Amino acid sequence: MIKAILIFNNHGKPRLSKFYEHYSEDTEQQIIRETFHLVSKRDENVCNFLEGGMLIGGSENKLIYRHYATLYFVFCVDSSESELGILDLIQVFVETLDKCFENVCELDLIFHVDKVHNILAEMVMGGMVLETNMNEIITQVDAQNKMEKSETFIFQSPRQDR
Amino acid sequence: MSPSVRLQEMIRVIRGARTQGEERGVIQRECAAIRAQFRQADNGTRSHNLAKLLYVHMLGYPAHFGQMECVRLIASPRYNEKRVGYLGAMMLLDEKQDASLLITNSIKNDLSHSSQYVQSLALCTLACMGSAEMCRDLAPEIDRLLRASNSYIKKKAALCAVHMVRKVPELGELFTPAARSLLSEKNHGVLHGAVVLITELCERNPDTLEQFRKAVPELVLMMKGLVMSGYSPEHNVAGISDPFLQVRILRLLRILGRNNDTASDAMNDLLAQVATNTDSSKTAGSAVLYETVLTVMDIKSESGLRVLAVNILGRFLLNNDRNIRYISMTSLQKIVQTDHNAVQRHRGTIVDCLKDQDASVKRRALELSLALVSAVNIRSLMKELLLFLSSCPPELRAHTTSGIFNAAERYAPSQRWHIDTILHVLTTAGGDVRDETVPNLIQLITTATELHCYTVHKLYRALITDISVQSLVQVACWCIGEYGDLLLRGECEETEPVQVTEDDVLDALETVLQSHMSSPATRGFALTATMKLSTRITHNVDRIRSIVSIYGSCIDVELQQRAVEYNALFKKYDHMSQSYMHIVVSEEGPKNGQTPATLVMDCSLCYRTSSGTGAPSLGTRLLNSFYSQAIRLLNT
Repeated sequence: MIKAILIFNNHGKPRLSKFYEHYSEDTEQQIIRETFHLVSKRDENVCNFLEGGMLIGGSENKLIYRHYATLYFVFCVDSSESELGILDLIQVFVETLDKCFENVCELDLIFHVDKVHNILAEMVMGGMVLETNMNEIITQVDAQNKMEKSETFIFQSPRQDR
Repeated sequence: MSPSVRLQEMIRVIRGARTQGEERGVIQRECAAIRAQFRQADNGTRSHNLAKLLYVHMLGYPAHFGQMECVRLIASPRYNEKRVGYLGAMMLLDEKQDASLLITNSIKNDLSHSSQYVQSLALCTLACMGSAEMCRDLAPEIDRLLRASNSYIKKKAALCAVHMVRKVPELGELFTPAARSLLSEKNHGVLHGAVVLITELCERNPDTLEQFRKAVPELVLMMKGLVMSGYSPEHNVAGISDPFLQVRILRLLRILGRNNDTASDAMNDLLAQVATNTDSSKTAGSAVLYETVLTVMDIKSESGLRVLAVNILGRFLLNNDRNIRYISMTSLQKIVQTDHNAVQRHRGTIVDCLKDQDASVKRRALELSLALVSAVNIRSLMKELLLFLSSCPPELRAHTTSGIFNAAERYAPSQRWHIDTILHVLTTAGGDVRDETVPNLIQLITTATELHCYTVHKLYRALITDISVQSLVQVACWCIGEYGDLLLRGECEETEPVQVTEDDVLDALETVLQSHMSSPATRGFALTATMKLSTRITHNVDRIRSIVSIYGSCIDVELQQRAVEYNALFKKYDHMSQSYMHIVVSEEGPKNGQTPATLVMDCSLCYRTSSGTGAPSLGTRLLNSFYSQAIRLLNT
């Protein structure tokens, strides 16, 4: 099971935080800070796996991370997930973001964090991997966005009166 | 205008803040505005405000006042409001909040909505934060969706069912028939969800496991299809056809084949095929291969296949990619108990990994090395471990020392080697050892009678070099107090003897007593040792008396008590110049970290007098005084 998915930049500012187990707000922030602390210490050419910090479950859980330019993508998983599989999943996630945002960069994630959540919701659900086929994910996300746009368009005219 | 635009404005403003204080101010103003707008009637901006609140929540600011708004938005008929509402529910609500009960009805309605996207929102939220109550209520709905809907909904329903089974295990029976029928689907997403669901059901219920054993041929066929199929652009990841599904199926096969011969036989061929045909140059292939190896080792496979599997792991160990090395060590750890000899063959490579730059790889190598220690390789492996200890990262030191001690205890080839090893660890990393090390070492030294001379010489040398490591100093003081006569005699068979005078020894002990680095416990040891020496030396008894009496007015209560009692001993039994007592007092520190330190007096009193006068009654009086002291201390 995936316990949490975090995206933060090289300075530790969170760009996306999704927890699949409940923690209080303070604990969530502590987890983000601690994860950043652990991950930023790593060299460039070491392996992508870290034994988890004390907060998120101790030695049972692992942090699997990938560093792309200015962003760290970190998945905290327990022992029932395949580590190499999750590594591939991060790759699929990033490629999907790239397709959806046309050459994604950090600013896209900052200003469209809700869209990123929607894309993620098509890939991971309840801590479990849902869909890994990039095209399938993008099709669904596009359809949902279309639905949203069509709704606001219908309601556009009355609102302009206000 | 979609919700994101207003959100973007706010994000821009927040990012414009130059200091943390400014940012806090901006956010507080925004939150106040949002709160005010929540209180007003619906004005079309609710979803924007909630989106802004969620962003603020991600940055770490309190957002609990948005919970009711989530409930309201979920109940709205509009899709974009529902979407933000459900997202908010996943981020802000959990089963402990009362508000989460209020959305149960909305979810129920949305599960039968005409639009599949609304259904999917409800399923997603349910799978993330559904409480046991909600799961029980909505399970029949999920079962319906598992059977009759399109593949998009089916795959989501499957994972939702997994969450429900985790929350309420009894629901497993409800979902079993539907899960079985899902295996005949073509859509990979649905298959993936189905396999996860079946895995969860089998892990929880042995009867279900029996039932699904019959599905092994079907699963084997599915795997074969994936492995032997040509290039399929839809599911291809680095040349492997849907590695995620392959890994899941392999894991399920592992659970089904465990401890069962028929099932294991049915999958032998397949596993051999996968193991030989999978290209492991990319991560995807390695993931499948690694899962195959774990499955082979866990089921009742043929010996040829097992050998193949361990060889694959050995190949992984030598791979340049650190990820692969890490993974291979993790899997070797899982099989080291059952296939110890196979793993022993790779001991050299594993020990080399102890010197790797990467802390994660080092950690895995340490765990594996400790598991590989045996009576045969203890000497060479211990050399490597001690070398590792001198340069290991600080977070691993405590674990390494306790691992070394355990290994030494179980497989020490000789007592002298054991004592040497422990002393080496104490000098290298004495600050990171467990509390029971000191009494254990004292016990060990006591039993190694022929090594007393050797030990006391070694410890004396260590003591005069460095008194900062408390555990080492404590043991050294105890040893000198106990076997000081052997030290002063100036001869030793096992090692180069030191030529010390009584003054030198007392100097060393006094340095410990007076040093700022010594903890109160260490001072206690030093004081007792000084006292004990009074019976073993002849010329400097006065010096000892003066040292002891100084501590009669020490601030530390424990030391003061000891000093006063020892002083009393001096005064009362001064006339017994011809008699001497050997007192062995051993202290045991806190056990289990909970009970306070208890002094266990291991009173081995033996006394000799040259004259027979009053000796027995003296002995009894001494014994009584020590027993009463012991009882008094035990009662504190």
